[in-house]
Amino acid sequence: MLVLMSWLREMVPGLPPARAVADALIRAGFEVENVEPVGRDLAGVVVGQVLSIEVVEAKKKSVRWCQVRVAEPVGAADSGADAEAGSRGVICGAFNFEVGDKVAIALPGAVLPGGFEITARRTYGHVSNGMICSARELGISDDHTGILVLGPGAPIGADVAELLDLADDVLDIAVTPDRGYGLSVRGIAREAATAFGLPFADPGLAPTPPADDRGYPVRIEDPQGCDRYVARVISGVDPAAVSPLRWARRLTLSGMRPISAAVDVTNAIMLGLGQPLHAFDKAKLTGPIVVRRARPGERLVTLDGVDRALDPEDLVIADDSGPIALAGVMGGASTEVGDTTTEIVLEAAHFDPIAVARTARRHRLFSEASRRFERGVDPALAPVAAEAASALFAELAGGRAEPGVTDIDLRAPIAPIRFPLSEPTRLGGRLYPDEIVRARLTDVGCRIDPLPEDDADSGALTGGDEGAAGEDVAAAAATVLVTPPSWRPDLTRPADLVEEVMRLEGYDTIPVTLPRLPAGRGLTPGQRLSRAISRALAYEGFTEVMTLPFVGAGVADALDLPADDRRRAAVRIANPIAEDAAYLRTTLLPGLFDAAVRNIGRGHPDLALFEIGQVFRELETPPTKVTVPSVLDRPSDDEVAALDAALPEQPRRVAGVRPGRRGPAGPGGGGGRGAGRPADWADAIEAAHAMARAVGVELTVTADEHAPWHPGRCAMLTVDGVLVGHAGELHPRVIGAFGLPERTVAFELDPDRLIAAGLRRGPVAAPVISPYPPADRDVALVVSTETPVAEVSAALRDGAGELLESLTLFDVFEGEQIGEGRRSLAFGLRLRATDRTLTAEEANSVRDAAAAEANRRTGAVLRA
Amino acid sequence: MPASANDEFKTTDLMTMTDPHPAATGPCSPESLAAAVAAGLDAVARAADLAELASVRTAHVDGRSAPLVLARRALGELPREDRAEAGRRLNEALATVRDAFTARLAELTAARDARVLVEERVDVTLPARRRRPGARHPIAVLTERVVDTFVAMGYEVAEGPEVEHDWFNFEALNMHPDHPARSEHDTLYVEPEGAGRVLRTHTSPVQVRALLSRPLPVYVVCPGRTFRNDTIDATHSPVFGQLEGLAVDEGITMADLRGTLEAFASALFGTNLATRLRPSFFPFTEPSAELDVQCFNCRGEAARQPCRVCSDEGWIELGGCGMVDPNVLRAAGVDASRYSGFAFGMGLERAAMIRHGVREIRDFVDGDIRFSLPFGIEG
Repeated sequence: MLVLMSWLREMVPGLPPARAVADALIRAGFEVENVEPVGRDLAGVVVGQVLSIEVVEAKKKSVRWCQVRVAEPVGAADSGADAEAGSRGVICGAFNFEVGDKVAIALPGAVLPGGFEITARRTYGHVSNGMICSARELGISDDHTGILVLGPGAPIGADVAELLDLADDVLDIAVTPDRGYGLSVRGIAREAATAFGLPFADPGLAPTPPADDRGYPVRIEDPQGCDRYVARVISGVDPAAVSPLRWARRLTLSGMRPISAAVDVTNAIMLGLGQPLHAFDKAKLTGPIVVRRARPGERLVTLDGVDRALDPEDLVIADDSGPIALAGVMGGASTEVGDTTTEIVLEAAHFDPIAVARTARRHRLFSEASRRFERGVDPALAPVAAEAASALFAELAGGRAEPGVTDIDLRAPIAPIRFPLSEPTRLGGRLYPDEIVRARLTDVGCRIDPLPEDDADSGALTGGDEGAAGEDVAAAAATVLVTPPSWRPDLTRPADLVEEVMRLEGYDTIPVTLPRLPAGRGLTPGQRLSRAISRALAYEGFTEVMTLPFVGAGVADALDLPADDRRRAAVRIANPIAEDAAYLRTTLLPGLFDAAVRNIGRGHPDLALFEIGQVFRELETPPTKVTVPSVLDRPSDDEVAALDAALPEQPRRVAGVRPGRRGPAGPGGGGGRGAGRPADWADAIEAAHAMARAVGVELTVTADEHAPWHPGRCAMLTVDGVLVGHAGELHPRVIGAFGLPERTVAFELDPDRLIAAGLRRGPVAAPVISPYPPADRDVALVVSTETPVAEVSAALRDGAGELLESLTLFDVFEGEQIGEGRRSLAFGLRLRATDRTLTAEEANSVRDAAAAEANRRTGAVLRA
Repeated sequence: MPASANDEFKTTDLMTMTDPHPAATGPCSPESLAAAVAAGLDAVARAADLAELASVRTAHVDGRSAPLVLARRALGELPREDRAEAGRRLNEALATVRDAFTARLAELTAARDARVLVEERVDVTLPARRRRPGARHPIAVLTERVVDTFVAMGYEVAEGPEVEHDWFNFEALNMHPDHPARSEHDTLYVEPEGAGRVLRTHTSPVQVRALLSRPLPVYVVCPGRTFRNDTIDATHSPVFGQLEGLAVDEGITMADLRGTLEAFASALFGTNLATRLRPSFFPFTEPSAELDVQCFNCRGEAARQPCRVCSDEGWIELGGCGMVDPNVLRAAGVDASRYSGFAFGMGLERAAMIRHGVREIRDFVDGDIRFSLPFGIEG
């Protein structure tokens, strides 16, 4: 909302400079985003004194050739007709001035409002070196009967813009959607007046002529959509009338283009008072005006030239010909005011905010009118605005208001609010004395009445909770009935009134305190472990990313997912930002792959990325419509459960991708050389182990075939038999589909299963630290290459028993000596007892027992 | 090593047996000892490096077959009356050889230090990195930082689903079905239509969930990802982080909100920065306010000198806040005549952009490692 300071000053005389007004408005909750000084562009117009006048007779009219001094003489005597003494020769068509008068002269190079640039030009046989200006030409008023004669005290050569205070300021105010009244000079004026304690004669409360039945016939068929309709007929309108410069300037500076006097009047009233008006060409109306909902199949060509199919919910203005306007949104082309219009039917109405909002949204048609109606227009304003518009029509377009006044008033009375005066103090944390509360509510425009005698303890009205029986008399006396003004439909509850008191007193008067909190429990163990997982990955060299969760329909195929995979159960967005990203991710991997490819494209081929976040999976049975609980009371547990049951599954995942080399290339510490080892499947598993260590659990690794991993290089990770995720090298087809480097590795786990396992652990049991020396024994076992190392290790551990301190695989060998399809696994067993030094015999027998168990379970034989 | 040689020597020192008739011959005779000492001193003197000196030690100082060690073993075989005198002579001899050895050891060690360690010098400015550094996402780090501030005050952390039901995201938050924020323009709706699923447009639904699931009083912060129907560019993102705070208790006031936000702003941007509440509008708070914090860069001096952080405003808009609207309390079954509450919310990207001078919001979702790496792991 652009508000001119000059307009504001017209309603509130005595306002301080614009910046101070802006600051005060900000303090009151009106966000002034910008204060733009204007009118300083009138440079080049100066005060001149007429030295001589010579009448020049031309064919049709006579003009005058004037010598005008535009600078005080420097010293030498002037000699008349030349410029050497600071005087100019100017041709002027006006006759309302004499020699010795001070006038406003635009010198060549000056720019007048509207971008009219002044140059020296030859006319009537002279070179006219400028222009003597009328008030209208300066944008001061619409007076164009003659040129502007300034007072004798005006100093020669002075800047006229400065002298006449043409300078203005435009406030750009972002009005919050609850404050419809702020979309008018009137509304802002009230706030400004309140802020500076200045008197405010509200133009919205101006007297109006009484309604009668001689006006244009109007019928409201939908009182819910329209509870007020005022119609006035203006006749004798000059269709060619152009708004005077003053109004044109006002409208332009307020962000509206001047069009014709008739249109400009409606806009000026809307900007000034906040009442959207519509002017119908009376000659094009057929029959009475009817306010109703559109009928099925009806169409309307709106003023923007669009032919619209109307929805039965659209509130329309109609006449015998059918719809002629979308109520409160935009007029129709068939009754548009044009260059032949001399009789106008002026509409000032109040439409239901929701009806207007829905229609505007439905037709994607957002107008100045709809913006105001959506946010609430003062329903009491219609007759005032119609009267003001009639007057302005007379002024600008030569129109005359016909005597009849149609005013259909179906408004419901405004419900008073039962308001304990102590409420601002209860919520504000400072004392708001009763008289301050009353004064502030009065500033807002509220009427304050005592509670009716018989109502002191009934609690029947709004905010009735406070009025419980047994309340003491003093408190009851301090409860009042507050009736908000008609322009504040947003004030319906005590809390709304509290805000008014607080903001007008200033939020800066609210003290700074802290609530006294009960002892908190800190982060939950789960939240703590979740952080530990992220940190562990970062310390492993992974960089965290947060990718967009939107994926295309083809991503499941690109991941090579089997037909029955749950990761194919993607949830679709009804109104996606882009059709090729219309689904929500079911796995974090595609986002990570894309981020990896992006990084590689930007010159970073060696990467380790991870992400932790929610994925989304459609329910096995997609939900149907849920009965939505009321908001008037706490929903039952069943109702909440029903809402939750309608949501898709949203488990968390933590995933990582690691293309390229693992370490940095080049000479590392100690002068080693090399390009760094490529990351391989084991690095993905190691990252998973790092997360598991961070939450205090150990992963069991078994081979698995699971998309999108390489079927021979995919590890299934479990804890206590519970699947927590997969890790390994990606399938070459997936690598190809996503454009990843060959042999890229990745992992994806369910962090919450990992955390749950961590939380199940309970306190760690401290190990017994043996002071006795260890006995180290090696054993080389030959097994089938099909036998996983994990099985051999497990057998060795079980066979060795509790004397085994650690088991290390230190060599894997395949070769001719071992035989086709077989490999040799060399393990080191470190044995130690807690209570004695092991003898060689004991150590050997443990080794033999371990080897025997491995043989029993896996067929492993000691390498010869 | 000399140290252990010393220890061993001290134990033999304790032998205080005396012999009135010292043997004139044998290993403990003055002549034998003198010869052993001479041989020892000579060998020590001729040892050219630490390795040679080590063998000298075995041969002459404390090895099993060193003459002086053999002499000490023979001491016990001397007649009792000779032992004291022989022991004294033996100790003197040992001390002489040992002192010479120690001195030579120091000499050769110093020589080794001067030569060998110099030869072994490396360029320690060679890159020592053997693994790549990792990093957390700046939003994750910032979230934890802010959350920790509130947790320290006694708040708990509440979380909620990203695909949320309309009732939680809008209705319970006093956003009637015709509220502008609910139009398709802003909200991403999730199929099937009619099921009431939306991608949550703010973290405020977690407020309602917290009030429904926790006993009063409730003090929670809710960090999380939120969604809007915006195409990504330098200043817009369809996905962004928010942090919501909620306090519902008896006697909660706007003053408490101010104090809490001030504590929070100083945790985020540094201490002694003024805060400002500006009246505003949110459907779920009444009264409502915007929170501004004095610009940490220009400290409100922007009027005098241009400031890039606050665009010369002197203030940074941090987020919205207010007293929980009675309609929200009612929808969550909280008795608004007994309890009051405040709530606040802030955009994490915006805070990070201000705090770290991030230029484009898309950097947060691009996943470029160059963006995250400088933020490190612990922030």
